[in-house]
Amino acid sequence: MDPDRRWWCAFALTLCTALDASGRALAGEPGATDAAALRQQLDETQRLLRELQTNFEKQNRAMKAQIDSLERQLRDQGKVVESLKAGPAVKPAAAVPAAAVPPPPATPPPIVPAAAPPSAPAVGGGAQPAQPWSPTAPIQLFGVGGAYMNVSFDLLVDAGWSTEADVPLIEPGDHDPKVRGFTIPNAEVVFDGAVDPYFKGLADVVWKIDQTGETTVELEEAYVVTTSLPWDLQVKAGQQFVDFGRINLQHPHQWDFVDQALVINRMFGPEGLRSAGAKVGWLVPTPFYSELVLSVLNSNGEGAFSFDSGEPLFGRPPVDRPVSAPNDLLYAPRYSASFDLTDSQTIVAGVSGAFGPNSSGTNTFTQIYGGDLYWKWKPAWQSGGFPFVAWQTEALGRRYEAGMAEIPSADESLPPLVLPRENVDDWGLYSQITYGFRPRWVAGLRGDWVGSDHGSFPDDPSRGERYRISPDLTFYPSEFSKLRLQYNFDHGEMIGDQSSVWLQLEVLLGAHAAHKF
Amino acid sequence: MTRKTLSVCIGLALTALAASALAADTLAVVATTPDLGAIARAVGGDRVEVTSIARPTEDPHFVDARPSFVRTLNKADVLVEGGAYLEAGWLPPLVDGARNSKIAAGAPGRIVASQGIALRDVPTSLDRSMGDVHPLGNPHYLLDPVNAKTAAGTIAAGLCAVDAAGCDLYREGAQRFAAAIDAKLPQWQSALAAVKGAKVVTYHKNFDYLADRFGLVVFDNLEPKPGIPPSPTHIAELVPRMQAAGVKLILVEPNREQQTPEFVADKTGARVVPLPLMPGGEEASDYVALIDYDVKQIAAAAKATGAPGAR
Repeated sequence: MDPDRRWWCAFALTLCTALDASGRALAGEPGATDAAALRQQLDETQRLLRELQTNFEKQNRAMKAQIDSLERQLRDQGKVVESLKAGPAVKPAAAVPAAAVPPPPATPPPIVPAAAPPSAPAVGGGAQPAQPWSPTAPIQLFGVGGAYMNVSFDLLVDAGWSTEADVPLIEPGDHDPKVRGFTIPNAEVVFDGAVDPYFKGLADVVWKIDQTGETTVELEEAYVVTTSLPWDLQVKAGQQFVDFGRINLQHPHQWDFVDQALVINRMFGPEGLRSAGAKVGWLVPTPFYSELVLSVLNSNGEGAFSFDSGEPLFGRPPVDRPVSAPNDLLYAPRYSASFDLTDSQTIVAGVSGAFGPNSSGTNTFTQIYGGDLYWKWKPAWQSGGFPFVAWQTEALGRRYEAGMAEIPSADESLPPLVLPRENVDDWGLYSQITYGFRPRWVAGLRGDWVGSDHGSFPDDPSRGERYRISPDLTFYPSEFSKLRLQYNFDHGEMIGDQSSVWLQLEVLLGAHAAHKF
Repeated sequence: MTRKTLSVCIGLALTALAASALAADTLAVVATTPDLGAIARAVGGDRVEVTSIARPTEDPHFVDARPSFVRTLNKADVLVEGGAYLEAGWLPPLVDGARNSKIAAGAPGRIVASQGIALRDVPTSLDRSMGDVHPLGNPHYLLDPVNAKTAAGTIAAGLCAVDAAGCDLYREGAQRFAAAIDAKLPQWQSALAAVKGAKVVTYHKNFDYLADRFGLVVFDNLEPKPGIPPSPTHIAELVPRMQAAGVKLILVEPNREQQTPEFVADKTGARVVPLPLMPGGEEASDYVALIDYDVKQIAAAAKATGAPGAR
């Protein structure tokens, strides 16, 4: 029996006993025979609990012994590997476990390519035979198994044209194309690996070139994740994208389109919702997959656009909001669940919230709510990951309590513009479908729509109704590169009708992170 | 009333205990791919409850990390992986999400089946211009039945480390599996004796171990480089070389696109041999049946084409 079940049984027994005892006390039912029977049962329960405890400890000791012996084995194997490395000329014999029978000597399996038997020539379009090390060969700093961490570099290059000369007006995201011509929206270095048996760590540093040609650097993410907490808990601490919906957790090169979804930009700003803090995730013991998450983060900075960003919003100049109480932090709960509808269809659905103070007043708060749905079909006969169809939709709504503000008019003779304290509501959604119709090729279609009520600040460029239709086509020469062509048709209260065409190239060097679902 | 409640409570608790004690007799084993699942089942018998993550007919490099597997791995006692980076694209997020220290890297419940197997094609330098080369060597080692015996031994040793009480049973299971292979191996070898030394082309570098075991020579792949789909240039260059060398067999997994192999077969007079990689599909329910099926497929195709042996 595993310790979990043991614990639950003990807990159930204790609870039942306690309930029964209290029920008895309330009912005033002292009966002597009952008491004797009860005592007997209690003794039995205690005996059972003691038994459970000793068994549990015994199992623990056995496990420790096993771990020790395995560690010894690993060390021994390490030594063997070292000795093999030391003498490459000596052909090593394969270690064979007890029950295995060594292969017949007639056909020894090749151990290093250099030792390949003549019956198995090098294949694969003229692959060269293995060469000995030479001084001109590149020195490997981060070979597999040769370093304590994975290192990768990812580069995005955008090129294109739009009918609007001021491109940021229609492409407001920080990692979107920013000019007619070429943009480097994202050049990213990622380090990740296991810190020790208890933590994994990741650092993600991004360089980008803005519309004026200046290079800017940002520490996009830097966090540790626990790997061995009990009770199915996991904690992630540090600078991180907030676990809200689906796309907010993705880096720009993981997007299925060239640019940021409009509703994400409107609610979370050009950078997405990103801050320093901690997230606790609990794998809920439901028969299906479901996870409950609570993130607590700082509510200030460029990644907290709708909160204490320190930037003017809805015409209100920012006020200073020092953190003086727990509700001055940002709280983001999320619940998500997943089901396999068939052998080849899966859905993931989630609801998220983000709550925190905003800088439009001294006592004003923002609430953001979201729902997301992801459905994917990938048949049991897929090859190379193709074909597939994936549909992803997120809808978000925001209530922003805007503080009262007086904005002096440029013309002294006119009275200042007085903005009252008011609730400002925005909402929107995006829905996208991607179809991997043949190996390496993916066609996509995305619809964006955002809307808002009319606040007292007139002609606010960050609000109003807008929609956008974006078909795209992506070609993956390999898993490590992609070429994407996208067309946007844009219509908005503030921008009129606009068209743009973008070409995007991505290349990835180094470790390829596994694909999350 | 309260006494009744108490007895019901204790009864329920005892039932739960009994049920879990029974459940404790079966280990929850998760295998990344169906071949490992089949071997684990052969080793563990009724004492293990085996779930495989990858579907038998799909490309094992590109399995989706579906969240339901996070749940499965959360409850697992043992995880059997092939290793050698075969599952690198999808297993890490599942294990991270599962929060199960029993199957964490290095834990006794984490069995790496490639341990103790000499892998082919270990690159001496890592260069992706050569395609998606696996840094620890070719991971498709289980189609060699001798490697499968080694893997069964590794799995038995791993299960023993987790469940010492069942160790004898696991050792017997592995021995029985090895004996079944040993009994079959001469039959398979004699079935393929006629094609010993015959040159074959394979789609991906999936069949090198199988070819090696039975004396087939892998002449080239339809993929110009591992993981890169066949290009017209490569095919145009390959066809005359195949004709000159007299290659008569093209070994292809059934889930690959069949146009390219059919085209090449048509141009060269070779024959496409559909060979499933994994047991659990329509063709074969367990590991021995899979090799049986694949050997028969090759032998039948060779007979039909009159594939020449080695000269």
